[in-house]
Parts: sequence; C-alpha cells; structure tokens
Amino acid sequence: MMTRPARDIAAALPARLDRKMVRDLWAIRLQALAIALVVAAGVAVLVVSAGMLDSLRETRDAYYDRYRFADVWAPVVRAPDSVADAIQHLDGVARVETRVRQPALFDMPGLSAPASGLILSLPETGLPSVNRIHLTEGRRPRPGQREEIVLLDGFARAHGLAIGDRVTTTIRGGREAFRVVGFALAPEFVYAIAPGQIVPDDRLFGVGWMGREALEQAADSDGAFNEAALILQPGAGERRVIDALDRLLAPWGAPGAYGRADHISDAFVSSEINQLGTMASLLPPVFLLVAAFLVNVVLTRLIAMERAQIGLLKAFGYYSRDVVWHYTKFALVIGALGLALGLGGGTWLGRLMAAMYIEYYHFPFLLFDLPASVYAGAFAVTLLAVGGGAMLAGLRAARLSPAEAMRPSPPPDYSRALGAALARWKRFDQQSRMILRHTLRWPGRAGFTLAGVAVSVGLLASSMYFLDATRAMIDAHFYLSNRQDVTVSLVEPRPRAALHAMARLPGVLAAEPVRHAPARLHFAGHEERIALTGAPTGAHLSRLIDSRGEPVTPPPGSIILSRDIAAPLGVSPGDRIDVEITEGNRPVFSIPVANVVTTLIGSGALMEIGDLNQVLGEDALISGAWLRIDPDRADTLYAELKNAPAIAGVSLETEAREQFETLMDEGMGTSIYIYTIFAGMIAVGVVYNSVRISFSEREHELAVLRVLGFTRGEVAYVLLGEIALLTLIALPVGCLLGAGLSWYFAEAMSSDLFRLPYIINPATYGYTALVVLIVALSSGLMVRARLNRLDMVAALKTGD
Amino acid sequence: MGETPPSVPTDQGHDRACFQTRGLTRVFGEGTTQVRALRGVDLTIPSGEVVVLLGASGSGKSTLLNILGGLDRATDGAFEFRGRDMTTITDTALTRFRRDHVGFVFQFYNLMPSLTARENVELVTEIAADPMPALEALDLVGLAERADHFPAEMSGGEQQRVAIARAIAKRPEVMLCDEPTGALDSATGVRVLQALKRVNRDLGSTVLLITHNAGVAAMADRVITLADGEVRESRRNEHPVEPEALSW
Repeated sequence: MMTRPARDIAAALPARLDRKMVRDLWAIRLQALAIALVVAAGVAVLVVSAGMLDSLRETRDAYYDRYRFADVWAPVVRAPDSVADAIQHLDGVARVETRVRQPALFDMPGLSAPASGLILSLPETGLPSVNRIHLTEGRRPRPGQREEIVLLDGFARAHGLAIGDRVTTTIRGGREAFRVVGFALAPEFVYAIAPGQIVPDDRLFGVGWMGREALEQAADSDGAFNEAALILQPGAGERRVIDALDRLLAPWGAPGAYGRADHISDAFVSSEINQLGTMASLLPPVFLLVAAFLVNVVLTRLIAMERAQIGLLKAFGYYSRDVVWHYTKFALVIGALGLALGLGGGTWLGRLMAAMYIEYYHFPFLLFDLPASVYAGAFAVTLLAVGGGAMLAGLRAARLSPAEAMRPSPPPDYSRALGAALARWKRFDQQSRMILRHTLRWPGRAGFTLAGVAVSVGLLASSMYFLDATRAMIDAHFYLSNRQDVTVSLVEPRPRAALHAMARLPGVLAAEPVRHAPARLHFAGHEERIALTGAPTGAHLSRLIDSRGEPVTPPPGSIILSRDIAAPLGVSPGDRIDVEITEGNRPVFSIPVANVVTTLIGSGALMEIGDLNQVLGEDALISGAWLRIDPDRADTLYAELKNAPAIAGVSLETEAREQFETLMDEGMGTSIYIYTIFAGMIAVGVVYNSVRISFSEREHELAVLRVLGFTRGEVAYVLLGEIALLTLIALPVGCLLGAGLSWYFAEAMSSDLFRLPYIINPATYGYTALVVLIVALSSGLMVRARLNRLDMVAALKTGD
Repeated sequence: MGETPPSVPTDQGHDRACFQTRGLTRVFGEGTTQVRALRGVDLTIPSGEVVVLLGASGSGKSTLLNILGGLDRATDGAFEFRGRDMTTITDTALTRFRRDHVGFVFQFYNLMPSLTARENVELVTEIAADPMPALEALDLVGLAERADHFPAEMSGGEQQRVAIARAIAKRPEVMLCDEPTGALDSATGVRVLQALKRVNRDLGSTVLLITHNAGVAAMADRVITLADGEVRESRRNEHPVEPEALSW
C-alpha cells in the first residue's frame, strides 16, 4: 500500500534500516500524524504563550522606558509650580513633571451620549520629562495656540476624526471647541479605561493633551498644577518616596501619591501578562506528556508486530543499540514533524495575537521576535518527551533475544489478568466479555487512554469555564450590583439640590445620590488606599452584593468592605478600623466593620451617605448620582448632560455591558475556539491511536468473528466498545479534572481588578462531553472503515 | 445485534445435494500477476457425507472451501447450497448463511484468547438459531471438564477440539475444516477426527475436510482430488473406516 513518494524517499536512503523506517512510518502515517499534531499543539501553545509573554514584557518595558512612563503619581488639589523644585530634591527622585489634569466631557459628532475623558497638559516648549506621548499623526500644540488639542489615537479613530477637525469639550463647565492637531499614544493609556469602568471603550473614553497655558486658562488654574509625575532613581524605595511626597504635598490637598501598581492601565497590562504566564506554565507540559505516551504506545505496538524482524536483524548481527536507535529515529521524525508544525503554527498564531494586542492595547510597536530560548525550549521538551517515549519502547525491543523474537508470540494469557472472573457474571454476552477482558488485560494502556480523553475533556471544560465565569461576572456586576444606566460625577461636591435637579432632567426615572471620598484605611499596622463610597440605606441602583446575591447595607455608624480590601488589612467583621480621609480637611475617625463581602469586579468600601457627610463635617453633599433612565429619551438627556456645567464625567453602564459582552464574545470566543481545537487534537491523537492499535492487534480476531457469522456492526462493537467504554468513564473523570483546572484558573487569574467566580454552568459539561464524544466517534469511524475491508481469508492462513 | 436478513431457505431433505457447483472459477490479481486458483470446478456434494479434499499446495482446495463457506466470492461460475443460488446474494445474506448453516474449523484454531473454552463456544451459540448447550458441545469433544480454561492454558489439540465444539454447537448443516489436524500429532489428530465423525453421525452434518494427509481419506464417504484448480478425481469410498483405525 505504499505510494510513490514514500517509495522514492525510501529508495534514496543509503542505509537499508532507514528505508525500512521510512516505509514503516508511511504505513502508520495517520497515527504518526495524529501524534505529531499533539506535539504541534503543545509546541504551539508554548511558543504562543511563552513568546507572547516575552514579547509583551519586552514591549511594555521598552515602551515605558522610551516614553518615560512615571513610577509615581502625586495628585494634589492645587499646588504652586515652585513645589516642583522641592519634589525634585526629594531623596530618590530622578525626574519630575508637573501638569494640569482635568476631567472633561467630549461632545462627539454622531454620538448622542457624552464621552468622558481627561485632558492633560503638555509643557509649552520641549518634551515632558515624564510621561511622553507618541504622535501617530500630526503634531503637538504650538506654544500660545489656545485652541489646539492632541487626541488619544484610539478615541480619534473610533470617531473617524481627521487632523483639523474640531471637538467640543466641556471642562469645568465651560464649553469650548478645540482643533485637533495630532493623534497620540501614551504609556499611561496602554489600556485606555475610564475610572470606575471595567472594559475599555474607545468611543466613550477619550484623552486629550493641550498646551499648559491653554489648559490652565480653561481650568482656571493659572500658575498651579494638580498632578506631579515622577521617575525614581534606580534602586530608590518607592514607599519612602511616596511617604515623603505625601508629607511634602499635604498642605496642597494631596489625597496620596501612588505607584505603578495602583495605576489602572499598568495594572491591566500586568494582569494580562500574569495570565499568559499561567497558561504558558500549565498547558504545554500536558500536551507533551500526552505525546510522549502516544509515541511509547504506538512504538511498543509496532515492535510487537515486528518481533520476528527484530529477531532477524539481531541474528544478522545488528547490535541492540542499532535496534534502539532505529525505533528512536521513528519518534524523532514524528517529533520533528510536530515541532515544525508547532513552531510554524505557533509563530503564525503568535503574530496574529500580536496584531490583536497592538489593537487592544494601543502599543505604538510590538516586539514579537521569538527569542532563541523559546525555540530551544520547545526543541528540548519535544526531544525529551518524544525521545523518552521512544527509548522505553526501543529498550524493550533490544531485550528480545533473537531466537525468542523469531518465534511467533504465544497467545496473550487472560487467565491471570483482571477480568478472568467475569466468567461468573452471566449478564454479559461474549463480545462484552471480550471488550472488558481486553480492557483489563492491559490496564496501563486503558488507563492512559482514559487519562488522555479525560485531559482533553478537562482542558475543554476549563476553557469553557472562562465564559461561565465572565457571564457570572457580568450578571453580578451589571444586573445585581450596578443597575443604574448612567453614573454622573460632579466637578466638585454639591448640595442635595443638585440631585433633585438631575432627577428632574428629561428621561430620568430614578436618581440616587452618592458621595465619594478618597481615604486610607489603617488596621494593625496595615494600610490600604481606597475610594470610600457613601450611599443611602436601601439604595436600589448601585449596591454591594454578598455571595448569596443579596444586597447588603451598612447599619448606621459602620462600614462594609469588599474582601479584596479587607484581606490585606487582616480585617474581619466586628473589627474597628481607622479611616483617614485624604481630601478636604482630612478627618480621621474609627469605625466598626459591619460586614466583609466578596465582589467580583472592583473593590468597595461602603458607608451610609449621611454618616459619611457627618464625618466629613459637611452638609448633605453629593459628589455624583446614579440614574435610571428611559431609553427612549436618552438622547435628550445626554444633550442636557453635555451642557450641564457642574458635570465632570458621565459613564453609561448599558454601553459598558455591551462592550464587555462584545469583548467576551470576540476575544474569548476566539481563544475558546483555539483551545477547543487543541483539546480536540489530544482527543483525536489518543482515541485514533488507541483504536488503531487495538485494531492491528485484533485484526485477526475480528476477521475470525466475521468468518463465524458476526455482522460488521457486531464486530465493530467488539473493536469500538472498548474505546466507547473508556470514553464514557473518562467523561466524568474529565469533568472533575475540568472543575479542578477551573478552580486553579479562578485562583491563579484573579487579580486586584477582578475575581473570577468559581462557577461552572452544567451546560459547559454537556457541551464538552458532546465535543469529545463527536471527536471520539469520528476517530472510531475512521478505523471502522478498515473493518469493512477485513480480509477473512487471509486471516485464516496464519496462526496469529 | 445488527441486521437480521431472511434466512437462506433450504431444503432439509438428504435427497438433495448440499453443494452443487458449475464452472466455478476464481482468479486472483490482474495482468501478469494473475493467478487462476480455480478453473471451472463442477462438483456435487451430497448431504450428510464426510468429504475429504486432497491436493497439493496451490491446487485450489482452500479457495474452493472459502467460496463454499461464503468467505470469498467466485469470479465466475455458480454454486448452490441446497438448491439456492449463492453467487448472487448480498454480503449480508452471506454473513447470515455462515451464521446459520456453517461451522468452520481451521488449522490454526482461531480461538478468542480473551474468552474461556465455554465462552468461545457461547460466542457462537448466542447468535445461532437452534444451538446445543455449550457444555454439551464441549462434552462431545471430551473437554467438558476444561470448560473454564483460557486458550493460553490449553494444549494445541485441546484448543482445536474447542474450535470443533464451537463449530458444532450451532448444529451446522455443513462443517468446513481446513487442515484441522495439520498442527497436531497423530494421537491428538485422531481424537479431533473422531469428534468430526461423531458430528456427522449424530447431527447429520455434511463434513468437508481439507488435508494434505492422504491417510485421512480412508475415513471419507467421498474423496475429491484437486490439481491446478480443477477436479482431477471424485470417487466414492464404499468402505470408510473409523478414525481410530487411522494413523500417520
């Protein structure tokens, strides 16, 4: 059955043993390909995740370095420029840049909703010494040109803006139209996300850069800055610098400086890199282990079939090492094929993903050159896995003595194997007995097949789990916790009358007040900086939800914390914590913790709004509102909000939810598709090889059954019953494995930004089982076709 | 258990021939590598006889037996089983034919290593229309007390007798035996032949027996000699001897 190519290659080889290898390989080409694909999947995952991991780190570091991304940010209410000198002289500070940072609303043509955002100042002349921008198009604002603005590249492109277009912007209540002179990227906005949001939305969150003087005028802050950004000297302690800054800037209303760990864009990028690291360490070993087993099983079978030939070779004077090397070369050819497919596919997939990352993260460049170490690593693990599997099988061949090897092998003895006792079980028919005894006669092989299918089920279930977890996060965040349609934040705290004014705006169905205040919590020597939220008791719109899905409200005079805040402090319900408000007259007070709840997205520290107003020593002030609106009148409302002077930002929860869902469908959908294929490759590799080996071992037996008058279907049952049995046992085992892997992912991939809930939808198991069953069935059917070609006559001519 | 096509209708009367072939031809391969294994075989095998097929290697004995047993199809010519044309029926009907009417015994016993002696017999009795109990079949070949042993625990002769028990348990109308004693010593071989003769006598099965061993022909009712794919001689043996009188 050898076709021309194999014959030609074989004939071209000098060593006769190598010709034999090529011809033998050709004979088992489908099995070899199935193994190579498993190797390829492992190598590809290794290349993609390790390569992407490396690339993302390199890119991030290079980008941060070239554009002088700050180490520390120090916001203040308003400080004179002269303070910059004092900051520069602090121990450990290498560079300082002071700037004006203003929240803004953009009135974008074609978008009825207001887009929120920030406007940052650039020095009148020269480049900023910290936090530079990368112009993708156009230029920086010219000195003295008040109306010029540079926009964040993604935002400008999302709105189809061109250089020279005008954008109308509301800054501190003043509406002005600016002329766009450039598009830019910035390391501060690798992940461009609005404060309080969980997904980036290029349409609804924008960043602009203006000349310092122009922005000072618009924001009414002549000669003052409200944010300093610092780069530290190498080896300088961030904590010490932050403490010194906080002391220095306290008179200027500093809520507290923070480092990169608390910078939202960097936090998202770093969290993504950590997730890739988890994938890179977990998946490739699974694939390569499966490949090693497959190589071992297939070669062991090949050697069993070639006993006589091996005996002959040794009788002719070939050394044992020649025999071992002969079979090892088999594996190496398979490994090389898998390696080539994996490296090629992995590099291709890596570039594809790199392009996705550029798009998603707004990197000006992406360094995707796979380091030699990744290739070397892939080469080494493949060699180890495949070569190791082959050596074990080869050694078995080498141990055969020539005389013994040339005798036909005796019939396998079932009398002492597990399953002999089945004779007493009258309920089985003989075919079922054959299936059970064959399975139990080689428990190692059956165990491996079972494990292989289970791994495939587990991988699939755990990648599907991400969809379930994200769905649960969306449900908890948007449908239980944040049920408002719009969140409005005010330029500065205003009396309650502002709430009533908002409630009367067209289209507003309900409005609830909120008071936010930056604070530091202290407990037992630990400190956490948080945004304290004051909300009315029994708030309907934005609520903290406990693990049972019930809303929780703090009893009067107490506070509720989310677990991610409470845990690092070591706080339990009933403890008293010290709270230091870091704005206004900076009151310090102590308050009991009424409850600690687990939130899936973001953190929360909640007090009753009246309590918060009281400790702040103020009247009933609000810093924003949650609105439920009539969608039919949204456009009218948005128009009002865009023109309202006191509004600093507007965020639209419905849009955010839709954005999140799109991101999930597209981004996660793609990865799950890829993992389904990879898990399928394992299933195909394991099932096809198991059935194929079983077929070649039992071909004679099956032919005899046909002779005895068994139909094709009945004979197929004997052949495929074993794999069906093992697959059915593997399904629940795989689901358990999937549950375990999912738990691991939930733990390993949760960050400060979000916590993956450990929730697996029963349908996930169903879908997974279905996919694996289909794969197993098709692999079985591929072999079943051979049953139809069974040569009954030939089977009877030999004893085996 | 899969398909159940209509059984091949047969006439149980002994007056009709069990097998009748006309111009049966079997060609393997094509062109220069073509081998004509059977060249127009015309034969009539009456029911209830013990028939021995003699002939050198390559004379076409096994090919003829395989076609009569429904394992292979003729390239040309026709053959009937109890008056029913077997050359044009479907594969499924051929499977049914083997299942219901034919018992096979081979030189290499072809037992299922994963089944005990009794289970090997039950493998066939489970799908047969009117089988005898497995233990009875094993008793007929003198192996009732070894019923729960696996093939790996039995001698060659014992394995062959299990194979015969497997073949007779369905009460087949035809027993097709290809060199059943080829791998056995003389004493064991005689026991196997005794078992076959007993089936012929007790169940009325027609027994077709291929052998290299001309001595075995003495037990046959009819001896057919093949050479080069043709019937060289077909003669009736008026005085068949009992198997125990044979030796080689």
